[in-house]
Amino acid sequence: MHLAQFNVAHMRAPIDDPLLADFVAALEPVNALADAAPGFVWRAIANEDDPEETITHDFGDHLLINYSIWESRESLWNFVYRSAHLAILQRRREWFQRVAEPYTVMWWVPDGEIPPLKEGWDRLALLKAKGPTSDAFTFKEFYEPNGDRA
Amino acid sequence: MDELAAVAALNDPVRRELYRYVTSKGRPVGRNEAAEAAGVARPLAAFHLDKLVDAGLLEADFAHLTEKKGPGSGRPAKIYRRAPGEHQVSVPPRDYRTLALVLAEVVDLLGGDEVAEKAAHRIGARLGADSAAPSLADLLGERGYEPYDDEGVLRLRNCPFHVLAEEHPMLVCSMNLSLCQGLLEGRGDSSDARLDPRPGECCVVFSPEPSKTNQS
Repeated sequence: MHLAQFNVAHMRAPIDDPLLADFVAALEPVNALADAAPGFVWRAIANEDDPEETITHDFGDHLLINYSIWESRESLWNFVYRSAHLAILQRRREWFQRVAEPYTVMWWVPDGEIPPLKEGWDRLALLKAKGPTSDAFTFKEFYEPNGDRA
Repeated sequence: MDELAAVAALNDPVRRELYRYVTSKGRPVGRNEAAEAAGVARPLAAFHLDKLVDAGLLEADFAHLTEKKGPGSGRPAKIYRRAPGEHQVSVPPRDYRTLALVLAEVVDLLGGDEVAEKAAHRIGARLGADSAAPSLADLLGERGYEPYDDEGVLRLRNCPFHVLAEEHPMLVCSMNLSLCQGLLEGRGDSSDARLDPRPGECCVVFSPEPSKTNQS
């Protein structure tokens, strides 16, 4: 099984605002880092020719979407927290609003399967509604592919 | 293996030296190399290394240490590296870890990470100013970071806040960076501390010159 992760970030300004300029400039190198990371499987790409273009969706305004698939918890963890991605994450308050509700969700998918973007949104809704379960969980409250709580 | 027994296994100068050597390398170490570093004969080193494995402080594996393959390359050698997990002994019993986890949770719930970073910076500055350590590396060594030189950059082999960093990575790594920047300020050191994590190591690195890319 592969690990899918979906997250939304509430931007403090429209994506083309100077406030987000540093963030937009980091998109290409950080995405390249993800693509080369051990255990990386797939990520949603808005435009193959423009690494700075972000994913369009109908979920709401000023919402930035990340959607990717990884071989394991460890591979995703090492990219998120143990790579140059961390320094970008550390500056998140400059670019994104603090939200009280869950904004990131994970779930297991069969190898080779790429669920549609809408499924990520639905899994996040499930996490918000029911808390962490084997169908929608987080790093902190993680579930194994067999449904066991890690 | 209980915690006290694990720590007590280090109550031998040769064993301590072997443990220190193996854990300072950041890669598996063979018996010959460890024996040489500790200045003891190979059988004695092997005996003590295996005791450290029994105690849960090191883990052993087998690997070919030379590039030679096929016939003539011999049996794989026994190699040692630091075991995962940590051992804490306090007499009388103290449990700061649980309280730290609770406080981290509180910071999270209050959305107080920026305040926490400022507090970490202040405490780091105080620790840096109070320390008599002759060099930055000595200070970081005293604080459990296990610093090592990596082509002019000071990297940290060990995260002293590992358990907390697993639970609250963003908060703890940000606080750790602030603490390290505070240490520099307290020492009056112009080095630059920034986040550049690697799997299995601490998230902070130090460069001698302030870097232009550092934003924190």
